[in-house]
Amino acid sequence: MPKNDTFWKNKLMELEKRNSKPEGDKTANWRKTTLQKWNSATGYDEKEYSNSSSIPIKDIYTDDNLPGNMDELLGLPGEYPFTRGVYPNMYRGKLWTMRMFSGFGSPEDTNRRLKYLISHGETGLSVAFDMPTLYAYDADNERSQGEIGKCGVNVTSLKDMEVIFDGINLSEVTTSMTINAPAAILTAMYFAIAQKEGHDLRNIGGTVQADILKEYIAQKEWIYPPEGHIRIIRDMMSYCTRNAPKWNYISISGYHIREAGSSAVQELAFTLADGFYYVDMGIKEGLDVNEFAPRLSFFFNSSINFFEEIAKMRAARRIWATVLKEKFHATSQKAMTLRFHTQTSGYSLTWQQPLNNIIRTTIEAMAAILGGTQSLHTNSYDEAWALPSEEAVKVALRTQQILAEETGIIDTIDPLGGSYYIEYLTSKMEEEAYRYFEKIESLGGILEAVKKGYIQREIAATSYRRQKRLEDEKEIMVGVNKYVDPDEKPINILRIGKDAEEMQLKRIKEVKANRDQDKVNDALAKLDEAFRNPDENVMPYIIEAVKTYATIEEISDVGRKIYGGWKEPVIV
Amino acid sequence: MSGGRYMADGKSQSLFREKPIKVLLAKPGIDGHDRGVLVLAKAFRDAGMEVLYVGLLPTPEDVVDTAINEDVDVIALSLLNGAHLTVFRKVMDIMKNKGIDDISVVGGGTIPDEDKPELEALGISGNYGPGTPLSTIIEHVRMRAEEARIKKLR
Repeated sequence: MPKNDTFWKNKLMELEKRNSKPEGDKTANWRKTTLQKWNSATGYDEKEYSNSSSIPIKDIYTDDNLPGNMDELLGLPGEYPFTRGVYPNMYRGKLWTMRMFSGFGSPEDTNRRLKYLISHGETGLSVAFDMPTLYAYDADNERSQGEIGKCGVNVTSLKDMEVIFDGINLSEVTTSMTINAPAAILTAMYFAIAQKEGHDLRNIGGTVQADILKEYIAQKEWIYPPEGHIRIIRDMMSYCTRNAPKWNYISISGYHIREAGSSAVQELAFTLADGFYYVDMGIKEGLDVNEFAPRLSFFFNSSINFFEEIAKMRAARRIWATVLKEKFHATSQKAMTLRFHTQTSGYSLTWQQPLNNIIRTTIEAMAAILGGTQSLHTNSYDEAWALPSEEAVKVALRTQQILAEETGIIDTIDPLGGSYYIEYLTSKMEEEAYRYFEKIESLGGILEAVKKGYIQREIAATSYRRQKRLEDEKEIMVGVNKYVDPDEKPINILRIGKDAEEMQLKRIKEVKANRDQDKVNDALAKLDEAFRNPDENVMPYIIEAVKTYATIEEISDVGRKIYGGWKEPVIV
Repeated sequence: MSGGRYMADGKSQSLFREKPIKVLLAKPGIDGHDRGVLVLAKAFRDAGMEVLYVGLLPTPEDVVDTAINEDVDVIALSLLNGAHLTVFRKVMDIMKNKGIDDISVVGGGTIPDEDKPELEALGISGNYGPGTPLSTIIEHVRMRAEEARIKKLR
């Protein structure tokens, strides 16, 4: 966000005004007569209700609470400001993509799981990587011991990616990869395989997360200080815009911000603020906002407060459209549409009475669909324990299929549109988000706010507040602080053995023995040169490097030498 | 150790009057899931303890060195990446090699029940998962801190 900008302040004032309309006579009268009589007759004491965003919830919403310019604020599906959905026919035309996040153990294990999911009707791939891969350490680095394949699949060199995607036609599927700090390297590997198999990069569709701002904010998997990563994202942005136009080179993610303990409105605000940063970066890079903004996609969490989640997603679309149009002067509709993937909340799941998690996930999935998501991952009931078993992941996929095929939830677009409560809450979440945008602006923009630790501290404070509310039983988690079952029975969980680690160590040894070391050295030297020239784009050099079977750590080390590492500001 | 001798401010009457319980919170693996440790840092502080948190990605060596230099009573390890058996063991091995026995070690994170006996055998107690009440964790840390303090007084 550019400095000294009154845009946010003006918007905030407009929204405050919109949302502070007094209650009308009719409701005030009802309160004084019918309600009060009832309450005193039944001995009801007023209680206070609020959602995760600390927005007070009233007992009743009426047309008093609707903004005056509702038509304008809602629009119709596929039209500005896209509150009701980004496509004109929404799920009638195309269901959301059922994209189950998966990846564990060795590349062979993950290849089998991906094929299993495809055979059960999954419509898009989504790969999870293990911690060494996420931090760009090779399998044979000492720090990787005990971590190989545990949280996702391990990728050390191109060889591993070749195994993961063996037998899968990359022109026919789209693949999402949850990878951030080394996203350019994994993108390069994917492109290298596609090119080897004779596909045109112009037809290759998929997504890498690559949202480094949210790493510093929440997920905390970085390699370099922000400058290093931002340089690489800039290069990916411009390389993909020109050469791989179906590749979503960044998925701006609120999911992890939420899982790190934020409220819904913090997730909304911090994610969009990250998004605005990337838009600003593209524009500064000389790219046309109408050309690159359509490739920016989002990733939200869907947690257990049903209405709050739906309102959050509707507000996100409206804010994005408004800001892209009014602040960044986008003119194409596609540049103003916020498309997003959703994952149900991991944090809302409990290890106690794990079958209850199926119900939680179902409700969260419904919120995502009513919120108008473009793709969805439903968590498995055993995920508070471990990575999901095959049985559990099938139930999770079937949950989506039941919602899509049996419930009628898809029959009409934005079925909650016009609800007094939903519309008020959408508008209120929007207001609270602008309050954060204004605050972030006053701190010098999102990057500064992150470097100062402001965003991280805001999240930590919310997270602690929530934990205390649970302790005080002001919030309830069934099976955790109420309806506790003294006879918890263990469930069958997926165990990742030592096999994956041994296999990966063996494979990297073979790869290193068989590759042409001169070619590796040469590719890495050229990459180093490219890094040192700010006008050069590093992407083609990374692609060349992965093709020589240079490893993820070797390639990242080039940048490590230039940019160094990162120590985060003190948060607690 | 017998419980029940603790005052509300987190200081045991006998052992912690002069110097409050000092805890080092650490995530010694390649793991960025810090929601839990950040909550615990605040909770321990609110319970009157002195809390050190070294940030992300310390090596097991870093953790033990910090614990020794800062003369802590308890190291509280957290991992949610499934590497607890390997990485927690490394911490214990380093402590053993250095002959440290007056610092208690507790663990937490996503730790399956069947891994708990192995961790306990290494001397790592607690091993609490998500959803554990803060009061349970705090009480446990106090108990283990008391053990450590008694050893320090020998």
